[in-house]
This record gives sequence, structure tokens and C-alpha cells, in this order.
Amino acid sequence: MATETTVVDVVMPQMGVSVSEGTITKWLKGEGETIEADESLLEISTDKVDTEVPSPASGVLAQILAQEGDTVAVGTKIAVIAPEGAEPAADAEAPPEPATAAASAEVSEASDAPAQAPSSGTVDEITPAEAPEAETTTAAEEAPATEEEAQPTEAPAAETTTEDDEEAESKFVSPVVARIAAEHGVDVSRVRGTGRGGRVKKKDILRFIEAGAAAEPAAPPAPAAAEPAAPAEAAAPEPEEARAPERAEAPPAPAAAPEAPTPEPAPAPAAPQPEPVAAPQAQAAPSPAPEPQAAPAPAAEPQAAPAAAAERETVEPMSPMRKGIAEHMRRSLDTSAHVTTTFEVDLSKVVALRQRLKREYEEQHGVKLTYLAFIARATVDSIQKWPWMNAELRGESIVVKNYVNLGIAVALEGGKGLIVPVIKDAEDKNLLGTARAIADVAERARSKKLMPDDVQGGTFTITNPGGFGAIHGTPIISQPQVAILDVEALVKRPVVVEGPDGEDAIAIRPMMNLCLAYDHRLVDGAYAAQFMRDLKATLESWDEAQY
Amino acid sequence: MPTKTYLQAISDGLRQEMRRDKRVFVFGEDVGVYGGAFKVTQGFQEEFGPWRVIDAPLSETAIVGGCTGAAIVGMRPVAEMQFADFISCAWDHLVTVAAKQHYRAGTPIPIVVRLPSGGGFSGGPFHSQNPESSFAHIPGLKCVCPATPADAKGLIISAIEDPNPVLYFEHKHLYRRIKDEVPDERYTVPIGEARIHREGDDITLVTWGAMVYTADEAAQQLEEDDVSVEIVDLRSVQPWDKEAVLKSVAKTSKALVLHEDTRTGGFGAEIAATIAEESFESLDGPVKRIAAPDTPVPFSPPLEKRYIPQVDDVVAGLKELAEY
Repeated sequence: MATETTVVDVVMPQMGVSVSEGTITKWLKGEGETIEADESLLEISTDKVDTEVPSPASGVLAQILAQEGDTVAVGTKIAVIAPEGAEPAADAEAPPEPATAAASAEVSEASDAPAQAPSSGTVDEITPAEAPEAETTTAAEEAPATEEEAQPTEAPAAETTTEDDEEAESKFVSPVVARIAAEHGVDVSRVRGTGRGGRVKKKDILRFIEAGAAAEPAAPPAPAAAEPAAPAEAAAPEPEEARAPERAEAPPAPAAAPEAPTPEPAPAPAAPQPEPVAAPQAQAAPSPAPEPQAAPAPAAEPQAAPAAAAERETVEPMSPMRKGIAEHMRRSLDTSAHVTTTFEVDLSKVVALRQRLKREYEEQHGVKLTYLAFIARATVDSIQKWPWMNAELRGESIVVKNYVNLGIAVALEGGKGLIVPVIKDAEDKNLLGTARAIADVAERARSKKLMPDDVQGGTFTITNPGGFGAIHGTPIISQPQVAILDVEALVKRPVVVEGPDGEDAIAIRPMMNLCLAYDHRLVDGAYAAQFMRDLKATLESWDEAQY
Repeated sequence: MPTKTYLQAISDGLRQEMRRDKRVFVFGEDVGVYGGAFKVTQGFQEEFGPWRVIDAPLSETAIVGGCTGAAIVGMRPVAEMQFADFISCAWDHLVTVAAKQHYRAGTPIPIVVRLPSGGGFSGGPFHSQNPESSFAHIPGLKCVCPATPADAKGLIISAIEDPNPVLYFEHKHLYRRIKDEVPDERYTVPIGEARIHREGDDITLVTWGAMVYTADEAAQQLEEDDVSVEIVDLRSVQPWDKEAVLKSVAKTSKALVLHEDTRTGGFGAEIAATIAEESFESLDGPVKRIAAPDTPVPFSPPLEKRYIPQVDDVVAGLKELAEY
């Protein structure tokens, strides 16, 4: 082994202050594959974001300790990267672990930047692999992971599996053990196995949990790894023409709304249920044929028992993101007094301007100019005139934010959920900056490269189901904000306009509905309507010089 | 409570139903004058007369066909095959007609076919089989396989009561070997409901018929190694008590399925597959099967002993699973 080669542990990164655990959704590398530092190693899902985790070092992925689908506590060791050509991970002598702690300080400072960073990517990459080893040792010593590598002399834990390191690598984790481990946040590699070849049996892990070993936090809490997210920007220097969030030509951009914007196609009031022809006969028969066996009783499961599937149903567990959305949506409705108001806006000017500027934006700035950019920019402007739209009720106080962090709801592909990345200090951006920022966050949301900070601290949200053709919606406010603007489809409509001589005429105009849901606890109807009136006016009389 | 053999329990149940319900009659080879090949219906003709205890010609086709016809006109026939093996002759009547009649025409076919089955006494390939899985595969048929005298009586009564064709597999090796308390009064054992023969925490052993006793002996031996085995006696394989099996597996996380029928396509495959499919996240080891090899049942006593799963085989399987 060369001198600088060390075995490096990969731990579940801290994805935001309030996030205590993450679910491994996909390993992008398999055991034995080589990997470069910063190359994406796995994808994780937390209740805040889905993201890729980069490798903290170059080498060989020696061992995967947590499988896809496992939910583990932040700081839990999930894999081992060994130097290329070295013996398998577990054999390495007490390696100082660049346990990611060192890099975190820089990262947390830098972490505001990325959202604003132009996509040309000026933020220095923070390479975990560069973290000075010396600084990491304290953290490393506490990390449970090290117990395995530490030589027995020092190893405090009797529970660890020091004796059969070799087998540790090939130990099979049975479904029930994996499930129990996930439920209790136990790192299976720490459990002493009594099964064949040292395999951890169900009894072993239950005993381990009973002994209380699982309760201890899996890692030094705070400083741990905020940095695996860093490569998000490293990766951000995306091609200059970062794709704008929307694809459709006409109405703008990225997202689906956090509410159900489309008027439900209410099914015609129940027609009498069509009975299979055979059914009546079967009932009439004096004696039923052998009943189909009762639906499978799900194995008696104490916690989090998956719902039982009835006939012609499928059951799948909620993803962390889905759980997060479900909780947040319900809580928002329970918190705010939602009222929705709708304004029709004539976008003739904006359409013409966009037509003119589109090319210039694309060629000179590499930014696709979307309608959403105009609306976002105008909204920020209107917010500054009506500051309560950008406020929060905190206890009995009204807290007005003197900055605008604009959330843009982005639907993930395949109906997998939505995420609301935030454009920080949107009031500082002109039309170009706004367009660029929207494109950036939307792209990163879809490619799972958002950092926790990217989704926090919003003060006002825009959602955009109009991209799918919706013309009206009643969105749900993202707490603790007080309003959310729903951008509907841009459609050509006949409208009555005033001719040059003051006469009425019917004209075809590109019209768009903007629906604002606001919290009537703070914002009254007149206030909200005036906010919308100004927004409408800004859009209808777009002043190119100003923006 | 009186103690009865497995055979007496079947006989008792049958007699009780014949006394209670005039529609019930017995039809089979030598069931009348001779009292049946195994003497289950001994004395029946004297008590019920030749029109309710009918000696059939040597034709299983005629027996099942006749019973099916009688059922259509409202009778409750109980057919006897001299050996379960011979039911293959009646396949068409049973599978094509009796099993499907209700679905085709809405007519219930409340017949019972008694099937003395199983080996262990050098009966050879024609007199030792356990063909339950072949029929469990046929929608419209029910298959019961009692292991205890009490279940033998309760299930024969349930089978007669049931509006569907029910194949009643009675294990010959249990006839006179197994004795237990059997209530005198009439009672039923629900078809499709398993019985926990023995409670345990470490391994679930699913079985039925004569193998319940093999399993029990093996479980006793495992007790010395501090491994506690839960034996689920299915009692019926169609319908089978999935809930009871999955519940037990959720507790133990390990499962072994044992049957005397051959391995490939045996009913154990269905159970193992269901456990894997529906209890995957409860499993702490592979689902194991112990069954007879895929050959006909041999005549030779040592070969037959090798063929039918023995206590030692089950002990070895359980140990392997416990150690996994």
C-alpha cells in the first residue's frame, strides 16, 4: 500500500439540520468497482431531498454495508472505500478516517452560495478526499465504524465482529434482519452473528437491540457530513444552456402544484355497478363454490405494518418524500385559513417581448427565457409593495421578511413527488438572473443534485401546473409562508378590448389565469387582491427597461 | 371422552351422518357385504341396508360418475376408493364434470370421495401414493387430509355437509396406529382451517396427514438443542390456511414444509412460494422443503424407508435451518 492510501468510510450524510436519517435508494457502484473521488456513489432519499452522494475518496468500493431500501441514521457507516489494489477494507490497519467532518465547516459557509451561483460554477469544489486526515481523527474515533477497524487492543465494544473480518464482507443479511435493522437504525455490521459463517440471525439483532446498543447515536452528531452534497455545484457547471424547466412552448415552466390543480373529472354519478354476468347465478346457487381463499393476511407485524392488499389492489410503501409531502400538506390545511383568488392576465406584451428576447437569451446567456421567469420577476416586484405576502405568523407576531426567497415547485418525473427548491434573494435578480436561477434549480431538482439548503427558507412559492394545461387551481400554502401563486395555462381567448376610438371590440389575446392562495389569518381579501392587481399590471404593461 | 382409532373416528363420523341425513349413502368397491377394504364401513349394510351401502363394480369411473349424478338430483353420496391411487381412473368425472358443474350450471355437487392414501407398509407404487397436490390444483375441488382421530371425524362430517366435491385423504398408516380422544357427539372441523399441533418460536414446520407425527418426533428431538419448532397441521390443503402459516412465519422467520408426496410440484411448493411471496420481509432463512423424491413409491422396505421422509431427515432439515 502506498503511504497515502487509507481505507475511507462512507457515512450517511447530514442532509439538512432537521434530517436525522436517510434511505438508500440506489447504489450506483457495486462492490469491487473502482470509483473516483466525487464520482456519484449512491442515491439517497430523505424527507427533505433526494440526492446523489459522491464518493469521498478514490479507490475501490470494498464493501456496501447498507442495502438499497435501508433507512439509516445520519452518520451511520454505509460503505467502505479501499485504496485501489489494497486488501479488502476490513483488513486495513486502523486507518485514520477522513470521516467527512473536516470538510463540513467550509461547506456550511459555502452552502448559501450554490443556489445563487451562476451555472458557470464559480464555487470551488470541495473535495472530501482532500480533507486533512489529521483533523478527522477525533470524529473518527467515535464513529462506530471504526470499531471494526481498530485493533482489538483498543476496541471497547465486545459486540463487534472483529474476529471474522473476512466473512464480514460476504455476510448475507436476510430480509427480516434488514427490516429490523432499518426499523431500529442498526448497523448490521456491528452485530455479532451466530448463524452460519457468522451471519447475523434475527435472534442476534433482536438481542443486540434489546441490549440497547442500537439506541446510541450512530455518529458524532453535528459536524458530520454536510459535504457530500457539495458536488452538487461541482456538477452544476452544467452546460451553459442549462435547460429551462419547461419543455412546452407556450405556457411556462416546471412544476406541478402541491395541490390538485386539475378539476377532477368527476365520474358520472355511479351507474349501477355492472355485475359480472355470472354473478347472480353464483348467488342463486344453493351452495357457494369453494370460496377463493381469504386474502393473504400480512404477516403479523407490529409496527408500520404494510396495508393488506385486497383483490386487484397493489400496495407499496410511501417514499420518505411522499410521507413528507403528505404530512406537510395536511398540516398546512390545518394551520392556514386558505382562500384562493383568481386574476385573468393579458400577456400580450410578455409574449411579444419573450419572442424578441428568446434568441438573445439563449445565444448570449445560455438561458431559456420562460414565461415563468417573467411571472416570478413580476411577483417579486409585487411582493415588495405588499410585504405581508412575504411574511409569517410566528405565535402572535407578524414576521415580515425583508428579502424574497422564491420557492419554485418542481414536479419529479413519473409522479414521484415534487420538490420546492428556493431561489434565494430573488429581489436581487433581474429577468435574466431569475430565468437562470429557475433553470438551475429545476434542473438540479430533476437530477437529484439539490442540497438541503436549496429547499429551505422559502418565503413565497410559485407553482406551475399550467404547463400541463390547468386553468384554475387552489394550491396549498407551503408553511410557514402565507401565500402561494398558481400559474395556469397560457391560452388564446377572445376578449373584449377597447379600440382606438374607445369602442368595444373582440380580440384574440394570450390570456393566463393566476390563482393566489393566501392565508386569511394574516392577509385579507382586499390586500391579496391589490397584490394581484399590481402583479397583473406589471405583466400587462411590462417595462423592459425596469427589468 | 372415549378413545378411538383414526379409523374408528372416520367410521363413527360417517355413521352419524348416515343416521342423521337420509340423503347420505356409501358407494364403493366391497363397502357393503365385506365392510370395505379397511373395514371403515363394517356393519353399515346391516344397519342402513343395501340401498344406502352399495357395492360398486370394479370401476372408479362408475363410482364417481354415479355419485356425481346422484348429487345432481339431491343426494349426498360418499364414494370410497379402495386406494387413493385408483382415483386416476375417475379423473375425468371428478375434474371435468364434478369440479366444474357448479361453475357451468350452478348445480352443487356435494360428493365426498374417501381416499385411503399414503405408504409405509410396502404397498408399492399402486397402493402408497399421496396424490393430493394433483387435485388441490383443480379449481372446484376441496382436499382435506386429517391427521388426528378427532379431526378425522370432524372433517368427514364437514366434507359431507360441504356443497362441493371434497376429496377426503385418510392416511392408511394412521388407521389403527393412532388413537386419541374423540367426542361422541356430532361436531365439525372447518375445512381450510389449520391447527397448531405444537407451539414454538424458532422454526415453523408446515405439514399434514401422517407427517404430523414425523414432524412431532423431530420437534421433540430439536427441543434438546434448545430449538423450538412450531408445527402447523394444515388439515386441508385446498383451501389451505395461508393466514395461519404466514402468522407463524412472521413469528419464527424460518419455515420448513414437509410432505409425503413427491417433491416437484408437490403442495409444499405452493406453500413455500406463498411464504416467499407474502412473507419475504419476515424471513431469516431459506424456505425449506422435505418431501419424497420424484419417483414412484418403491416396494422394498429399506427403499421405502429411504423414500418417505423419516424423523432423522426432518431433524437434519430443522437443524440446518436453525443453524443458518
